Amino acid sequence: MTVFSHEPYLLEVRDLCTGFDTREGELRAVEGVSLTLGRGKVLGIVGESGSGKSVTGFSIMGLIDPPGRITSGQVLFKGLDLTQLPPPALRALRGDRITMIFQDPSGTLNPVLRVDVQMTEAVHAHRKVSKEQARKLASDALSLMGISSPDERLRAYPHQLSGGMRQRVAIAIAMLHGPDLIIADEPTTALDVSIQAQILSEVQKLVHERGTSLIWISHDLSVVAGLADDIAVMYAGRIVEYGPVDDVLDRPQHPYTQGLIGSLPSANRRGQRLRQIPGMAPSFLKMPSGCAFAPRCGRAQATCSEQMPQLAPLCDQPSHSVRCFYPGAAA
Amino acid sequence: MTGWLLGRIGQAMLVVVAMTLIVFMGLHVIGNPADILIGEDLNQQERLAAIARLGLDQPLWQQYITFVEGAARGNLGKSFVYQEDALRLILQKLPATLELAVSALMMAVLVGVPLGLYAGMKPEHIFSKALMAASIAGFSLPAFWVALMLIMVFSVQLGWLPASGRGDTVTVWGIPWSWLTLDGLHHLLMPAFNLALFKISLVMRLTRAGVREVLPQDFVKFARAKGLSPQRVMWAHVMRNTLIPLVTVLGLELGSTIAYAVVTESIFAWPGAGRLILDSINSLDRPVVVAYLMVVVVLFVTINLVVDVLYHLLDPRVRLETTE
Amino acid sequence: MSIKTEQTSKTAPSREHTIWWRVGQDFLASRPASVALGVLALIVLAALLAPWIAIQNPYDLMQIDVLDARLRPGSLSSEGSRTYWLGTDGQGRDLYSAIVYGLRISMAVGIGSAVIAGVIGTLVGLLAAYAGASVDAALMRLVDLLLSFPTILMALMILAWMGKGVGNVVLTLVLIEWSYYARTARGQALVEARRDYVEAARGQGLSSWRIAVGHVLPNCLPPLMVIAALQVARAITLEATLSFLGLGVPITEPSLGLLISNGYQYMLSNEYWISFFPGIALLATIMAINLVGDQLRDVFNPRLQR
Repeated sequence: MTVFSHEPYLLEVRDLCTGFDTREGELRAVEGVSLTLGRGKVLGIVGESGSGKSVTGFSIMGLIDPPGRITSGQVLFKGLDLTQLPPPALRALRGDRITMIFQDPSGTLNPVLRVDVQMTEAVHAHRKVSKEQARKLASDALSLMGISSPDERLRAYPHQLSGGMRQRVAIAIAMLHGPDLIIADEPTTALDVSIQAQILSEVQKLVHERGTSLIWISHDLSVVAGLADDIAVMYAGRIVEYGPVDDVLDRPQHPYTQGLIGSLPSANRRGQRLRQIPGMAPSFLKMPSGCAFAPRCGRAQATCSEQMPQLAPLCDQPSHSVRCFYPGAAA
Repeated sequence: MTGWLLGRIGQAMLVVVAMTLIVFMGLHVIGNPADILIGEDLNQQERLAAIARLGLDQPLWQQYITFVEGAARGNLGKSFVYQEDALRLILQKLPATLELAVSALMMAVLVGVPLGLYAGMKPEHIFSKALMAASIAGFSLPAFWVALMLIMVFSVQLGWLPASGRGDTVTVWGIPWSWLTLDGLHHLLMPAFNLALFKISLVMRLTRAGVREVLPQDFVKFARAKGLSPQRVMWAHVMRNTLIPLVTVLGLELGSTIAYAVVTESIFAWPGAGRLILDSINSLDRPVVVAYLMVVVVLFVTINLVVDVLYHLLDPRVRLETTE
Repeated sequence: MSIKTEQTSKTAPSREHTIWWRVGQDFLASRPASVALGVLALIVLAALLAPWIAIQNPYDLMQIDVLDARLRPGSLSSEGSRTYWLGTDGQGRDLYSAIVYGLRISMAVGIGSAVIAGVIGTLVGLLAAYAGASVDAALMRLVDLLLSFPTILMALMILAWMGKGVGNVVLTLVLIEWSYYARTARGQALVEARRDYVEAARGQGLSSWRIAVGHVLPNCLPPLMVIAALQVARAITLEATLSFLGLGVPITEPSLGLLISNGYQYMLSNEYWISFFPGIALLATIMAINLVGDQLRDVFNPRLQR
């Protein structure tokens, strides 16, 4: 049943839970994730491998394959609940209104098909245009991404292009129909730092010019810092801290967020050892009871191992929420 | 590209030359070549004459040259049994074998690929599991025994299909083909199916494995993220990437199918080259055996070459590497 | 998309115990494979105990009564002392006994050739891996050549030149099979050679030979075992096919293939059992081996490990 509402948000995720059925039981990759995203805004989702951030992105897109599925929750896009949409309707939105960019550009494009085929098929999936028109659209999209001699690139095969170029192609594909929302899953992780910076600025420009909303998933806080309006920090499938980026980064409340910030190499602490968060993220199959971060937390108390804290807004900053029994500035 | 191609052809020719050496060694080093090539029911005088005629009294290396020269010109000796040119005999019977082999391979593809696709896309479904179990049976079954059982059921008990022979043929381009007549098809069905049985299982398993390897790859997910219809994702992305390696395997299987036709031809009395060589082995008609070996080797090497070239054409990653 | 399951720190249990124990566990997790293993054990047992469990020696012409030829399954012998549970063949042999003795030949030929070919092939493979690039290239060229040739053709060639008989069949099988082992052994050895423990062993001053046999070889065993299992199945099938074609065992000591061949002529008169039962026995054996080999392969495949 679709629920129409006239919310101001472009995207609203309510209590999303996604699980995978494995031989050892159900693996709960995403537990009770809620987010909101306005038009033209950028949301950063940060966390380490296995935190559930990518799965969240895929869940929004409806790309969770068996043995996984969205077990509960709602994904409201312009008021429409995507989890309840029949597949053809969802497909119509995917690639048109909501698009995705993946992490590894060498795997994203089909190696045996030419670039133009892979772009024009994305055009034809949503618009009835002629082959020439589709090609023109593809060519324009490439130029928009700052790719010179787009026609040459179109005739090439993916492995003939560099990694940065391939990612630009992927982004161009994502931008083809002027989507309302782009979900970018670690798009620059596999690239050189210099290319990373280039792509980041290009994406930023596009977002500002077109008013496209963006979800940027990354494990790298520094990347997200300059780009996002809001940030959600995820750990073990849950959001542990959420709020406007400046608030969260300047005044982090959750020990995990503090650990993440503290472990960033920064010019201020040259010569000092890099600080690391001790321990490892828990296996999804062996989740500790209570707060998932407690075993690694410097200020964990007895309650922390017994009960799961809820995500609650801070008294003085209601837009900034934390999931912790003992939030506060770093010790 | 041409450079690589020339190199590859050179390689192929080297293999053929190596084969001629092996066959020659087999003839002249193991066993008495006089016995092998001349036959045993000639008297002493005729034998000596034949030895001189065949040049068997010359030094080994010279005999080898003569042999190769003869082979290149298409002269591989005369059959003892049929008193005809051995090479011509083989080439006459070859179309029948090829017809059988190609039909079998086609069956294998037409049945095996769709089943394998299904099993790969829905591996947990009970039908897929049944298919996988059946495929193990498929290549565990001894082909010759299945042939007998097929004959038992379809010829003896049900009387639907003929148990042996080739049936009516239609001559196209000077070569008789049986698949163009109904009677011919009747005769072709069981032997081709029998030959295909093993291949069907193989193709099915390979396709399934290929699909399972391709499906989880990122570009498939990306294709879906673009909003492409499931049909488009299947055909343009999954199938194409699965089929390219499959084509090469199939090509190589053609060679093996031609070889295994020996057994099928024997049971179904199919008048092909395989049956000929079996009879020749049993009747010690060595020139025919030699001719068969040479023909098969050349065929093999050619098939391998064509498959290699095809693979280069189909997979752009490989193709462009050779050009650059 | 990757979900990484992190592992909590682990203590190191005795390596031998864990690996083979786990292999056993993983293997038995599949019900078809476990059943197949059971069936296989039964078959091997039957083959070993053939002289005791058969009701006659089908190779002893004195014990066969040609008057009892082509009797239906369940018939009594002409002197009434035995029941031919599976019928008799064209010479009056009790099919049950013939099958059990035939399994002996199949097992002996299949396992024997696999073992001999395995030893030779593995040694060649290790040699190729350790002896330097040109030796490696030459050997592998040879192996590729052999492998690209269909087995039946090679078998026909060799038997056409050397004549029939069980010994020649075994020789043929060995000549065909060794290349499979060689390729796998070499590939695995090359992978292992880069592993740390080889560096460590070399650092301790062990000779290449000792490293190869003592350390690398045990780690090559899993894929070799898988190859061996599947090769035994192929060898048995090939022996049966060759015997069927009249190129294998002598007529007086039929293996399963020859039994089937003998029964062909009687099929048209609806006396199906002479070909049918030996075929079932053959099928059961090969299928059991294939199932076991398949499961072994899945168990040893690192990519399928959780």
